[in-house]
Formats: sequence, C-alpha cells, structure tokens
Amino acid sequence: MKSLEDLKKMREAALKKVEMREGGKDYRVVVGMATCGIAAGARPVLNRLVEETAQKDYNCVVTQTGCIGMCVYEPIVEVFDKNGGHTTYVHVDPEKATAILEQHVGKGQIVEEYTVEAARKGGETA
Amino acid sequence: MPTFRTNILCCAGTGCNASNSALIYDEFNSELKKYGLENEVNVIKTGCFGLCQKGPIVAIYPDQVFYSHVKVEDVARIVAEHIYKGRVVTDLQLSDEDLKSGEKILDINKIKFYEKQQRIALRNCGKINPEDITEYIAMDGYAALGKALTEMKPQEVIDVMKASGLRGRGGAGFPTGVKWQFEKDQPGDEKYVICNADEGDPGAFMDRSILEGDPHAIIEGMTIMGYAVGAHKGYIYIRAEYPIAVNRLRIAIDQAHQYGLLGENIFDSGFSFDLELRLGAGAFVCGEETALIASIEGKRGMPTPKPPFPAVSGVWGKPTSINNVETLANVAQIINNGAEWYSSIGTEKSKGTKVFALGGKIKNTGLVEIPMGTTLREIIYEIGGGCPNNKAFKAVQTGGPSGGCLTEKELDTPIDYDNLIAAGSMMGSGGMIVLDEDNCMVDVARFYMEFICDESCGKCTPCRVGTKRLLEMLTKICDGEGTMEMLAEMEELCEEIRDTALCGLGQTAPNPILSTLKHFRSEYEAHILEKRCPAGVCKKLLTYSIDPNKCKKCSMCARNCPVDAIKGVPGKEPYVIDTAKCIKCGTCITSCRFGAVERK
Repeated sequence: MKSLEDLKKMREAALKKVEMREGGKDYRVVVGMATCGIAAGARPVLNRLVEETAQKDYNCVVTQTGCIGMCVYEPIVEVFDKNGGHTTYVHVDPEKATAILEQHVGKGQIVEEYTVEAARKGGETA
Repeated sequence: MPTFRTNILCCAGTGCNASNSALIYDEFNSELKKYGLENEVNVIKTGCFGLCQKGPIVAIYPDQVFYSHVKVEDVARIVAEHIYKGRVVTDLQLSDEDLKSGEKILDINKIKFYEKQQRIALRNCGKINPEDITEYIAMDGYAALGKALTEMKPQEVIDVMKASGLRGRGGAGFPTGVKWQFEKDQPGDEKYVICNADEGDPGAFMDRSILEGDPHAIIEGMTIMGYAVGAHKGYIYIRAEYPIAVNRLRIAIDQAHQYGLLGENIFDSGFSFDLELRLGAGAFVCGEETALIASIEGKRGMPTPKPPFPAVSGVWGKPTSINNVETLANVAQIINNGAEWYSSIGTEKSKGTKVFALGGKIKNTGLVEIPMGTTLREIIYEIGGGCPNNKAFKAVQTGGPSGGCLTEKELDTPIDYDNLIAAGSMMGSGGMIVLDEDNCMVDVARFYMEFICDESCGKCTPCRVGTKRLLEMLTKICDGEGTMEMLAEMEELCEEIRDTALCGLGQTAPNPILSTLKHFRSEYEAHILEKRCPAGVCKKLLTYSIDPNKCKKCSMCARNCPVDAIKGVPGKEPYVIDTAKCIKCGTCITSCRFGAVERK
C-alpha cells in the first residue's frame, strides 16, 4: 500500500464485511426463517437478499426472524423503514426479492402487487 | 471477499477466554457445518465487550442480539434456533431490568451498562476481529496515519494533540502534546518512542483489553507519534503475563508490515518507522518510565533520578517519549476527527474519555469507558449496578497501590484528574475497586502495602525499608497488637517516604494508608482499642461461637471442622466451639444450615 487511494480502496472492499454489524441503515429487511418459512423456500430468498445487498450497496441490513404467524403466506419478507413504516411481502421468491430491493429499498416505492394486502384482495385468507 | 449474512462474534478477551470462549468458538464452527451454514455465517473472535461479569459473551450481527454466560452446550441451541430458524434464544439473552417497571430490556444500546458509556479508546473492542487488519481498515483504521504523513507536518500533528487536551492515561495526566514537543525539540536524529503496556495495578485490565481487542490502534498511534517527534523506531514494552495481547500484537505488527504500514517509506512519504516488542517479566516498578527504559536496555529494572527526563535522555541515552496504551489508542481518533471534537468531550481540564476496570464488590464487573466529568455514583450505581447482595457501599479505591479510597461523600465528584487528587485519591491508570461493608479498610491498606513491599526494587532506603516498617505496623494492628502511637508513627513515616523516595512507586506508596486513615480512622481505632474488626475480616480478632438456642444438634459443623474444635452430642447436646483449638477458617458457618454459628 503506497497511497491514501490504496487505503481507501482497501477500506471500501473491507467495509462490506463489517458494515453489517453497524446499525444506522435506512431500511431493515427481515426474512421469516422459522420452520414454515424455510420449508416454503425462505433460505434462497435470504441468500439472494444478502448477495444483492452486498453487490449493489443497498442502504439496508438483511436479517432474519422467526415465525410471524401467517405461515400460509410464507416465505414472508418484511421491510421496515427508519420512520417506523412497515411493509409485509408474501410468497416471496428470489426474483421477487430482487424486485423488492430494487423498487422498495432502492427507490422507496412499495411493490404493491407482492404485499399481503394484495394477496388478501386476491381472495387468499390467513 | 465473501459476504456473510450473519456474523457471530465470540469474545476472546482474557476474561471470556478463561471461561472457555475458545471452545465456544470451535463449537459454533462445527455446529454451523452440521447445518451447512458455514458459507453463510461467519464466526469471529473479537476483543473484550467490557461486560466481563456476564461472559462469555456472544454477539450476533446484524441482529444485534447479545448472549451472556454462554456455555459450550448452549451453542447447538443458538445455532438451531437463532441462526437456522431466526428465533432468538431469549433465556440466554443479555438483559437488564428496568428499575421502575421491572420490564426486561433487551436492546443492547439501552442496557444501563452501555447507555452511559462513550467508547473512543474501546471503539473497536468487541466489534472487529483483532487478528484481521482489513477489519481495522474498514473501521477507518490507518486513515489518520495516512492523513498525518501526507497532509500534515510533524509540528501540525503536535499542535493538534496539544489542542485536543489529551493527557497521559497512565495515571500522571501529563499533557501528551507537550510531551511530544519536548522530544521533537531535542537535537539529534536518533530518537525513540515507547508504548508503556506494563499494566501492573492489581485489578486493572484496561490496557490489556485494548491490546487484545484493537492492537492496530496502538500501532497506528505509535507510528503517528514517531512521525511527530522524529523517531524511526518504537518499542512496545509489555508483560509476558499477557500472552493473548502479545500474540495479537505480533500478528498485527506482521500484517502492518505486509500492507506497508510499518517499515520503509510509509505512504510514499519518505517516513520510515518500525516497532519491536519487548517482553517484561511482570515487575510493577517497570511501569515507571526510567525503570522501563533500563529493562528495555537489558538492565535490571530500576528507576534512575529525574532529570534527565526521558525526552532528553531516554532509551540508549537518546530522546524518548513514553505513552501509555490507552493514550495511544486515542491518537488516531484525534487526528481523524480533529482537536475540537476531542476537546468538546470531558471537563475543562480533563478532556476526552477514560477507561476504567470495574472490580470488587460490584454487580457488573467489567470495562467501561466514560466521558470525563461523569460522577463516581453514575459509574458505580448506574453502569456498575451497585454492590451485590444488597450490601452497603463503603468505599471505592482508585489508582491502585498509588491511589486512595473515596467514600459515599465523594461519590458525586465529577471524575477528572484534578478532582480526584483534590478528593484525596488519583485517577491512576483506571483500576476501580468497589468495597462494601464486608471489607475491612485496615486489611485493604495492608493488602496494598504487602504488594508494594513485594514490588519495591530496593534501590532507595525509604521505599525498601520504610514500606516494610509500615507493613509490620499494619499487620500488628490487624492482629490486635497495635497501639495508638502506631497511628502517629505511621503517618510520620508515610510523609517521609512520600518526600524522599526515588521514584513514583515509593512516593505514592503511602497513599492507601493515608487515605484510609483519613476516612476510616474509627476502624483503625476499633482494631487497636477494642480489639475488634468491625467488618469481620481480620482473622485474629474474630471469635466463633454457636448460639445454643439456634443449634439443632445436627453435628454438621463438627463433622466439617478440620481441626476437631467443635464438640457436642448429636440430637442431645448443643455444639460448642473450643476457641483455643479453633483456626477461624469459617467452615462451620458455611456448613450450618440454621445460622447458629456466629462470628464476632
């Protein structure tokens, strides 16, 4: 390492590794990872979220939680913003996860069609 | 660099290590493999979280969940429940009780122990892997060194240090920038810097935890110091009794070399600097700077008179600056954030924060870093949680064998160098030992004097002979053979030692006696006049007896007595202690289930 530039580059590369441990992000993306979630395919969703967040520097932390109580809708991903707002996405698969990060975390637009409200309107019950 | 969804940080500080945290680390790795999670979840050994009382501590990020008192057999459950299924194992979670509502507090930032703290010197401890330089770099590590070497002149670095108001954290509180200026102003181009990591106060482990948790911060601080004063070589003088710290420093120095952050032409600035570890054999006197220098030079660790000060003639007779570990841990932060930022923290004459090792009769034993100006009461009651078992607080000892005791009256004193001296103690390096009603203050004074007698190097008479005489008198008082004349004699001798001893060790050695005499003279008098130890500690002044009305004649005490001093007839006659035979070991008290044994 011979310059401040080199140090900066190294810092950016290393930052991803540790910044998950820091709070202070705009969004918190939480994946339901109870037995029901895992059985319905939450693990690939979680992995996709983690990879994409790291690659594209989304302003969020990805974490997991237990059973939310609506097992029929699993895999469930909840997005919390720093103002206390809260959106529940249901039946999420890796492609939908990508879209949620792009639209919601990236641009601040809720992906209405994947939300629990949309599923309910579509006639599903829980 | 792989990205992990979850990081498991296991404390690998000395405290947690002693309760098996290394095995816990291994167990996490093998459990994760069972679930095929080893590529998703990262297990890291990190430095001290500070809350040693609750150790071993395991932190899960990004969930920000802390587990306390983790045992090897708990690991399987944490992995199965929390890591695999995302359900926090609440019964293992570190928690605090809200004093008003009695509700459980689980948010780590709201737990009383952390809420009042401000972590600068300890900022990376418990957050990064101390054996991985890239994690330190991610936390802005070496940015201050880069800034200093490429954008600042040495004098500018010193000016920032002066303006920051940072004072030496080893105990004396000498302004760091002024110390550096002295050395810079010396002629000659062979100069040295030293990190004093010879932490010796009983009960103090601040420097140890910083070195174990964030060794690169010390390397960076020393390199900046070297640049500022014009030194190209630094020594870290550390005791061999700190094997984890020594090991992590070695790793850190190697890594810094690999990354070109130590060695020739750092940051292409033309400045070269290197570091060498020197291991001490753990003599308390080697924390004194002239003795430390002698020890580095391979001589017997004995102090020499000052002047000449080390800034003029230090190691190998060359100008040398010596700074303590915690002082150096602040340096990079000050360069990064500016003198104004640092001097906005703390009190008028003591800027910044101070790390204290809380120990003794306190609920939350551990490491705390508070802004100067925090009161002792806040540290002891709010952060430390007060004395355990509802015992009454008696005193707090600061400054180790060189310091003194402070009582309830002084608890609202805002902590800074000058206030603690005015109150009759001193900041010291940061050991803070809490004493409760069960501690005998004469015994405490004797403990410190015993320590000083052991550690006195013997070079000057006041320290070698004087402290021995003090110890003899204290022992007599504890044994019930003291006289009132002794108190006056001790006070006189204390003053003489303070005025005539060669180095700081001897000059401050009388402090524990003087301060206990000042605040707890009545305890000394009870030992001498009434032959009684009010706290029930001094063995020779205690008598054990059995209350015949409470005795259930079960024979338990007699069966446990190691010297057959208790006689009675099971079920028929109450038991009686033969005080001539009794060795006052206290076994009967612990073995009696009915509280019939009394100690007076």
